Amino acid sequence: MSIRRFFHRRWWDEERARELESYVAIETDENVARGMAPREARLAAERRLGNRTLIREDIYHMNTVAFLDNAWRDVRYAARLLRLNPAFAVVAILSLALGVGANTAIFQLLNAVRIRTLPVKTPNELVEVRLAEPVGGRTGRFMGRRPMLTYPLLEQVRDRQQAFSGLAAWNNTTFNLTTGGEARYALGLLVNGDFFTTLGVHPFAGRVFTASDDVRGCAAPGAVISYGFWQREFGGDGSALGRPLRLEGRSFPIVGVTPPEFFGVDVGRTFDVALPLCAEPLVKPNSDLDKPDVWFLGLFGRLNPGWTLERATAHLEAISPNIVRATLPPRYRAEDAQHYLQFKLAAYPAGTGVSNLRRDYESPLWLLLATTALVLIIACANLANLMLARATAREREIAVRLAIGASRGRVIRQLLAESLLLSTIGAAGGVLLAGWLSQFLVGFLTTENSRVFLDLSTDWRVFAFTAALAVATCLLFGLTPAIRATAAAPGAAMKSGSRGSTDSRERFGLRRGLVVVQVALSLVLVVGALLFVRSLRNLVILDSGFRQTGVLIANLDLHGASIARENRRAVFNDLVARVRALPGVDAAAETFIVPVSGSGWNNRIVVNGEVRKENVNFNAVGIGYFRTMGTALLAGRDFDDRDTPASGKVAIVTEQFAKKFFGGENPIGRTFQIQEGVGVERPVYNIVGLVKDAKYTNLREEFTPIALLAASQDAVPDDPYLQIVLRSGAPLTTITSEVTAALTEANPATIIQFQTMNAVVRDSLLRERLMATLSGLFGLLAGVLATIGLYGVMSYMVERRKNEIGIRMALGADRGDVVGMIMREAGALVAAGMVVGGLAAVGAGRWASTLLFGLRPGDPSTLMLAIAALAAVAGVASYVPAWRASRLEPTEALREE
Amino acid sequence: MAKRKSSPNQGEMLQGTLDLLILRTLALGPAHGHTVAYAIERQSEDVLQVEHGSLYPALHRLEDRGWIASFWGTSENNRRARYYRLTRAGRQQLTEQTNRWEAMVRAINRILKPA
Repeated sequence: MSIRRFFHRRWWDEERARELESYVAIETDENVARGMAPREARLAAERRLGNRTLIREDIYHMNTVAFLDNAWRDVRYAARLLRLNPAFAVVAILSLALGVGANTAIFQLLNAVRIRTLPVKTPNELVEVRLAEPVGGRTGRFMGRRPMLTYPLLEQVRDRQQAFSGLAAWNNTTFNLTTGGEARYALGLLVNGDFFTTLGVHPFAGRVFTASDDVRGCAAPGAVISYGFWQREFGGDGSALGRPLRLEGRSFPIVGVTPPEFFGVDVGRTFDVALPLCAEPLVKPNSDLDKPDVWFLGLFGRLNPGWTLERATAHLEAISPNIVRATLPPRYRAEDAQHYLQFKLAAYPAGTGVSNLRRDYESPLWLLLATTALVLIIACANLANLMLARATAREREIAVRLAIGASRGRVIRQLLAESLLLSTIGAAGGVLLAGWLSQFLVGFLTTENSRVFLDLSTDWRVFAFTAALAVATCLLFGLTPAIRATAAAPGAAMKSGSRGSTDSRERFGLRRGLVVVQVALSLVLVVGALLFVRSLRNLVILDSGFRQTGVLIANLDLHGASIARENRRAVFNDLVARVRALPGVDAAAETFIVPVSGSGWNNRIVVNGEVRKENVNFNAVGIGYFRTMGTALLAGRDFDDRDTPASGKVAIVTEQFAKKFFGGENPIGRTFQIQEGVGVERPVYNIVGLVKDAKYTNLREEFTPIALLAASQDAVPDDPYLQIVLRSGAPLTTITSEVTAALTEANPATIIQFQTMNAVVRDSLLRERLMATLSGLFGLLAGVLATIGLYGVMSYMVERRKNEIGIRMALGADRGDVVGMIMREAGALVAAGMVVGGLAAVGAGRWASTLLFGLRPGDPSTLMLAIAALAAVAGVASYVPAWRASRLEPTEALREE
Repeated sequence: MAKRKSSPNQGEMLQGTLDLLILRTLALGPAHGHTVAYAIERQSEDVLQVEHGSLYPALHRLEDRGWIASFWGTSENNRRARYYRLTRAGRQQLTEQTNRWEAMVRAINRILKPA
């Protein structure tokens, strides 16, 4: 009741004024009726009523919620105080905005990557169907970002399950939009007919697929495009519906557009175009739909009403034996088959979608959130120090307030209003900053090959997080100073002079404690930053076994060129020769796999008739590969023109290979076989060369045994794709246009995509770079904030102790003594902080250990380096006030009293 | 909420009795502030002199508590006036307060005039 009146108290006041007026009018009428003159009648009426203003005030106060009214007054008072001291306000708001902004940005990312559910109908009913963990290894080919099931498995699950009201299967892929020249890709989805209906995604325009769109052998299926693609490519034009879209050289009519918020089920990625799975044979050179050992599908199910995750898992487990028996790949060897027949399907929660980004970045993001939280705490400690100083300056004012009857709680509330105002403005600034920062982070994570897409819109969680931060910071830096300021007995505070000769030890104790905390926390952050920066450096300078600078990769897609399979080898050789002949090109060679690009091919080998346990990584490379990549040939020979499809199979192996399989002896002349599936020929490979070790999957790994086969002996390449690495000193744009011209001259339908080796390596170190950059940034910020804090406290201490210093100097202390005294005090604070921080850093390092490379979390040299760096800045920060103290004129300092 | 100590001059009346008198007056039918003031004076045969202004904060308080409700109407001599009427809760309150008052008067009388 009162709350409602509170907000209408102005209206109520007017209402009561009208009522009082009506009283006066009636009374006047009656007085006139009694025979008074009108003027007199009105005056008498007024007298009878009494003091109108007093009555209205009385009623007004009844409508006022005292707390809110006072709060409003406090906020206005605080705003006035801040305006009077703009330097303080700016520093406070800026440091809070930085702290809150960094926290909010990281939280926004975490929210988008980890916490938020998919923007589909009742996402919590969705589960992912895949093999029960631990899977223990599968055999076959793996494609796409979620290679969980094969198509035959999908069919079996679809036909046998009763747990789900619908199934949504998908494969992430790319569709080429061009028909020749440099490639342009659309992010593609191949989905089953029930995909959209199972997720509950309604079309924004046109229609989405239904079961009738996905019929095996479909000849001319339609395409569903995303809202973003529709805007980008068609300007959001409604007439795009029905228009043909060229993908991989074929045309598909656009049938519908998905809503703006829908990005698929893979968090961190979006899609441009979706085709039904039955279109797979139309866009891929070799269809994988009937292959029981090609894993390329992810599968979601929507639980039937009343079904739980556990019940669905039990049901899937029960139908698994029949499913795996029906889909056993005939090519599997006995060992693989036995393993396959034990596979069980299970359901896993999927309301938040699936995400590679989540797998790779969830723990780094939590770590970064902890980092930013520490930065915010350091910033709060600085503000607390400033607030303490202000409270001391206002000691007498507060004493007067208390003395004339203000309650302590009331004064604390007034002081807190100032903190709250600061933290609210700071948080608002932080939200603005967070918007840019999170965009920057997403940009950081986006590489040429993978466009990161995250919905970063502010939802209630982000809002609640930021609001909680604002309140927490306000309490953190405002509450203690406010309580302290009102603790002194008014009498004592009034009596003490404008500046005491010393300050109470207790109050200084708190400020010292804050500095110790700041130094400790910033040491933790600086150690962390150095660990990440040095890890990255270790990775960048390590000997990868191949050259990065000046190496360019050209990916050729020739399937528009319609080259007969049996001619592919000759065409490939010819294209490599053309590239090699270009004037700007120093060396060029074909390669099946580019190191550290994320692609891989591994298998077991048979040596002397014995199957070896260790996996071997393979690659197939052309003549001149080692020269192009700068990998040293240690013994034997490189591949050359002698190695043809007709000649005996040859291989070149790495040092690790020789060590693992031949005990480090010279492997040249030795042989091995690859353990191929049943019915596949197993040629004997004759080792003709030994090369230095090189990284294969990523830079972090130990060197693995690698066997390099001769691409020139592969008579009939499986796919019309050719990858060429080339080395050149010419500028990038010159060389790409030369190569494009040479290749399209040979075959106009060639589609080419370029990437530098530097970019491949850079992308493979994305997580390390992110951690090094951000932790470096935050470490620096923490160091700066702690330095400012130390400087502030030391300056303040010198200021408050002018008298004492003056006396000391008058009694014969020289300047060196004064500097020494102040520096010793500062040194004690810093040392205490370093001890606490050092211990904390070693303890906290464990959380980061998996992200480090080439050093341990407690690395002593890193710790020493951080301590030295912090000590150096701390020294400068405290030398300035110490020097200033030593310049004091004793007589002046004493006279000031 | 917000019970700020206010000082409406309530003449010689006991604290709280004004509320009771207003409720009693309104039990006879809806009335505006002017009528209520005169009614109290008249029925007490001018013993209780209410300062008319002090009536309005009291009316506001009673309305706030939901014991009376108000509406704008037209007075006998054709003036706009805010009328008050007793609510169901107000009627209940009137009975309770009357009983309490009577009990108190009996108690005080027993002390003043011991039989």
